[in-house]
Amino acid sequence: MALSWDVLGLDYDAEADRIGAELRRVIAHECKRRGLVVALSGGIDSSCVAALATRALGKAKVFGIHMPERDSSAETIKLSRSVSDTFGFDSVLEEITPVLDGYGCYRRRDEAIRMVFPEFGPGWKSKIVLPGLAGGELNVYYLVVQKPDGTIEKQRLPLPAYLQIVAATNFKQRTRKTFEYYHADRLHYAVSGTPNRLEYDQGFFVKGGDGLADVKPIAHLYKTQVYAMARHLGVPVDICNRAPTTDTYSLAQGQDEFYFALPYREMDLCLWGKNHGVAPAEVAPTVGLTADQVERVYRDIDQKRATTRYLGLAPQLVGAIPEIKH
Amino acid sequence: MSALDAATVERAVTTFIVDNFLFGNAADAPARDASFMETGLIDSTGVLELVAFVESTYSIKVGDDELVPENLDSVANLAAFVAKKAG
Repeated sequence: MALSWDVLGLDYDAEADRIGAELRRVIAHECKRRGLVVALSGGIDSSCVAALATRALGKAKVFGIHMPERDSSAETIKLSRSVSDTFGFDSVLEEITPVLDGYGCYRRRDEAIRMVFPEFGPGWKSKIVLPGLAGGELNVYYLVVQKPDGTIEKQRLPLPAYLQIVAATNFKQRTRKTFEYYHADRLHYAVSGTPNRLEYDQGFFVKGGDGLADVKPIAHLYKTQVYAMARHLGVPVDICNRAPTTDTYSLAQGQDEFYFALPYREMDLCLWGKNHGVAPAEVAPTVGLTADQVERVYRDIDQKRATTRYLGLAPQLVGAIPEIKH
Repeated sequence: MSALDAATVERAVTTFIVDNFLFGNAADAPARDASFMETGLIDSTGVLELVAFVESTYSIKVGDDELVPENLDSVANLAAFVAKKAG
């Protein structure tokens, strides 16, 4: 029997209440802080967290930060401001491009891109993509560039170039988190992390960057549920109708071409099916794939869990300290 | 030059793994036919390090369409692939 999309349904009012109660408990009793900082990207996840936090804590206890940078889409700031305006909490714009320049983020990234495209320079744009289900099973990344004349070229990334591009780009997420903790320390607030279940499960975050947080209110929600929750809570429609993007590379990049094997809706159902022991043949007709392809997605899920386990690991101790419990 | 034999490549790849991934601990070296992905010893980044190693050591270029488990997912598979390609 084909698996129904309905398995992803939720009572959104009840779930928002439950998340709200947990947020109040965690922030007051575990963190002993007075409110919550939310970095607003203009995307669905941070907007949903901001809406949940406002509902749970009141707008006076939520503080938003807008942190677009040189490669962000022109829409980013308009969308993120629409969230703080809609829910009425205070927010601040932090210009992170000069900080990133200071770190050499763009220079180091471009240096790595020139290992593959030596003529890369001003006027060019770039992004990293995975071949998805069409490619092999090794998750080999490709670099796509757009030349100033608009032509597109694509090359497989040698490992040192790939690692340096990712390492340089990770300055963005880590710089943002530094600002979040600055404001959290100043206000005596906790910091939110905004991964959805797909991102949390599959390690789609930067360690010490967007992966760092005191509380992750929607990490248990599938992306489909995050969209529905956001609509339920009144997140602006322009955000609810926007496809997920990384907003990290200068060429527009969908999350499904950078990291996930499928668009989020199909990925959600495959992950749900795998988590609940549903046979690939039952998931396949619903997501429009063959059973073999779903089997391949299941293997990819396991592979990403294994590869990214390190990202979620707490610092490893090599001697017991029984007096300290976390 | 005599054709490169797979057993020689297997030894070189295993030595590379022990020296670079296992800090010299040969006891943890993978069995020659153990799947890297299934045993979890070597992830996709590790496989790409192995590809870079064999490309530079044996002066070969691994094509995009050759990056498949049949060619790369164990010491034996990788060595057979390299021997055929370089031979």
